[in-house]
Amino acid sequence: MLTDRLAPVFDEPACATNRAKTDAQKKAGCKTKGPTPGAAAGGCAFDGAKISLQPIVDAAHIVHGPIACEGNNWDNRHSASSGSDLYRRGLTTDLTELDVIHGGEKKLWKAIRQAIEKFDPPAVFVYQTCVPALTGDDIRAVCAAATERHGRPVIPVEVPGFVGSKNLGNRLAGETLLDHVIGTGEPETTTPTDICLIAEFNIVGDLWQVEPLFKALGIRLLSRLTGDARYREVTWAHRAKASMVVCSQAMVNVGRKMQERWGIPYFEGSFNGVRATSEALRTFARLLVEQGADADLIDRAETLIADKEAEVRRRFAPFRDILAGKKVLLYTGGNKSWSIVSTLQDMGMEVIGTSVRKATDHGKDRARDLLGEEQKLFGAIPNAEMFRMLKEGEADIMLSGGRSQFVALNARRPWLDTNQERHHAYAGYEGFLVLAERIALTLTAPIWQQVNGPAPWEEGYAP
Amino acid sequence: MTQPEPRRKALTIDPLKVSPPLGAALALLGVERGMPLFHGSQGCTAFALVLLVRHFREAIPLQTTALGEIETILGGLDNLESAIRTLATKSKPAVLGVCPTALTDTRSEDMAADLRLLAQRLGDDLGETLLVHAPAPDFIGGLQEGWGAAVKGIVDAAAKPRPRRAGHITVLAGAHLTVGDLDLLRDTIEAFSLTCTVLPDLSGSLDGHVPEAWSPVSLGGTTRAELDDLGAAAAVLAIGEHMRPAAELLSERTGLPVTVLETLTGLKGSDRLVAFLSEVSGRAAPTVVRRDRSRLLDALIDSHFAAVGQRVAVAAEPDLLRAMVTLATDLGCTVPVAVTTTKAPGLETLPVNRLIVGDLDDLETTAREAGGCDLVIGPSPAIRAAKALHAPLVRVGFPQVDRVGSQHDCFTGYRGTRQMAFAIANAIADSHAEHHLRPPHTSEAPHDSPAPVAAG
Repeated sequence: MLTDRLAPVFDEPACATNRAKTDAQKKAGCKTKGPTPGAAAGGCAFDGAKISLQPIVDAAHIVHGPIACEGNNWDNRHSASSGSDLYRRGLTTDLTELDVIHGGEKKLWKAIRQAIEKFDPPAVFVYQTCVPALTGDDIRAVCAAATERHGRPVIPVEVPGFVGSKNLGNRLAGETLLDHVIGTGEPETTTPTDICLIAEFNIVGDLWQVEPLFKALGIRLLSRLTGDARYREVTWAHRAKASMVVCSQAMVNVGRKMQERWGIPYFEGSFNGVRATSEALRTFARLLVEQGADADLIDRAETLIADKEAEVRRRFAPFRDILAGKKVLLYTGGNKSWSIVSTLQDMGMEVIGTSVRKATDHGKDRARDLLGEEQKLFGAIPNAEMFRMLKEGEADIMLSGGRSQFVALNARRPWLDTNQERHHAYAGYEGFLVLAERIALTLTAPIWQQVNGPAPWEEGYAP
Repeated sequence: MTQPEPRRKALTIDPLKVSPPLGAALALLGVERGMPLFHGSQGCTAFALVLLVRHFREAIPLQTTALGEIETILGGLDNLESAIRTLATKSKPAVLGVCPTALTDTRSEDMAADLRLLAQRLGDDLGETLLVHAPAPDFIGGLQEGWGAAVKGIVDAAAKPRPRRAGHITVLAGAHLTVGDLDLLRDTIEAFSLTCTVLPDLSGSLDGHVPEAWSPVSLGGTTRAELDDLGAAAAVLAIGEHMRPAAELLSERTGLPVTVLETLTGLKGSDRLVAFLSEVSGRAAPTVVRRDRSRLLDALIDSHFAAVGQRVAVAAEPDLLRAMVTLATDLGCTVPVAVTTTKAPGLETLPVNRLIVGDLDDLETTAREAGGCDLVIGPSPAIRAAKALHAPLVRVGFPQVDRVGSQHDCFTGYRGTRQMAFAIANAIADSHAEHHLRPPHTSEAPHDSPAPVAAG
């Protein structure tokens, strides 16, 4: 059952990792190099699926599992909404021992009803976790019956954590959208410039920094998968004329299958930085014109790009001297492994290394092109080694996610959050300037001098 | 007497509860060079890790046996062995605590037997590492139950009979005590010329200090030597009802007398601590303690003006709930609604109108049914309910994801109670100034603005 659904994900032809595999390796799936017990980091498949679907803001997201799956986890990402905040509620069946013994299907059935009665959402996503998968709760059957009873989609997301990594979960979420959501609705109207963004999750409003650019070009954001999305717009994503996979590691399967099923051309891109943003606008313009949009779109895009790039150059001036030549250690994942490299280089900074442990091959190639040396591409760096690099001044600042921040902070070196828990949006031209400002503020913050100075009982202390 | 109302909803909305293994992990981080290991899928560890990081803003050592599909079906013993070997040989923790998760509980793995077997099989690879079993099933209770189980596991692995040591107390600290509380407690004990061993001791590990080198294990806490000498004391003091099982086991192993103090919050609770310390030390309360009591009396008097008659809704785990309800009602507040995570013994005696084993949505809806409230006391996710109720939130408990420094907030003893009394009174006074210094029933009053509730 679930194995049948996993097979095509492991076989994803648009995934470079898969392409490089032999048939036997493909059959073994994405877990041939499974995590090492006692030396593993990262989330599970459920984690990945939840991250990918939860940004659909008006849907109810019910986690069918024991308290660990949602009680430790709800409302912990900064995906932003321009409307409903139902997606931020922590909804779970909180399975107990009795539910394990008697089965949790009835409880889930009631939980779905209670969610619909209380919140009246357009759709409900039900996440299957390890324990009910093990005891054999048939959430597909429950969801099918609930869909009929309540007259609205109740969608099973079969992602027990033990099936694999967070990234596998991202892709299973994509499969869920392809199986149950995309293609089930129709927009009121279509235009020749309708686009779809895939795997853009509107972290602290990233999306809102690029939406005005599309608006300025008369390009309509038909469907957002899934940042700030309403359920309805996901159902008609198949009417887009072109799509862009923003975090390609997460949902490249969705882009590829939308092309296969509905002939929608897609590309892998990013809104991290000026170059990437301009490239994304250019590519969209070209694809849309190829699909029948007015040919002047290409020229208008070039005009907008020129204007915006000039504006960025002008507004970047105050940060130039502060950032020039500063050395950065980048420890992040997905498209950020390379897209932030080019951004930082554009700011005049030197990237001493980036971790590509969570990047696609495409991403690794781009990182290599940008950095010029293989040695600057790291896999996983042990914390002690990162600590040393910072302490000994090989890097002036680390950019990473929340978990590795303490390596830098305990070394008393500047750090900036580039992952989902950050409080500032770094997308598009606007985001480039915000990022430059944040790095400049962090680098020049007066605390670094204070916390690195000698204590009264140490050598070199001067009152 | 208010009997706890069991949960009736199938759907939990905005859980108050976090998982017991998270609590177990936290307790293990209160041991020097401690390392918790979750026996489950990677996500079990990742979620707990992220939440602990968000609360403490410190590095959190926490590992996983990374069970996949095959091991989940066939049993995870090999993964457990390999994880323990990897950690014991690479990170060399003083204490390695194995916490089962819902996944392994559902399989009914016999962890205790497995660990005995593995300890033999690992032999020299285990080195000096003390292997601890922290059986805290995901299905029963929340953070404090997991914490209690881990402490009991540590006692089980480490406690031995030792010669009595006059003037020394072994303190088993509950999960509801902050780093700040532990500092105050130690100061008070030392004020009586007593010394103490605190287990677990987060004030040494998660107190937010800047270390000189990177450490893959916890950065301080109860030392291995102290664990060996848990029995070398004059008495055992356990704080919180959830520490009773660990304290009783310690007493059984060492023959030491045990005193369990339910709470150190409030005048009475603080007085009981001081009476206990006087008795153990044979000394009258020192000047500094007397002065602190006098200051608390004044603080209670000053605070009661704002607090008396106010309606306070509380969301907390059982022992913290007891502490907060005690202080709020001491100040003259009423408690229309208290929400907690599990039906713990003794809660039925709390002076509250309704006591619900439930979630933060229960807090909001029940408080609204009761006609609203003036103050909410609870963890940071209770902010939504508090806003919907147009009441300020005084933050206690775990997690506090939108605050820095919450580990240094104090709620216990004369000093901690004083600070909390002020916090309650000041929050009510602020809210009063904001909402009530205008004519009644004016349409533009801020508390008539629509509540930030989820749109359907």
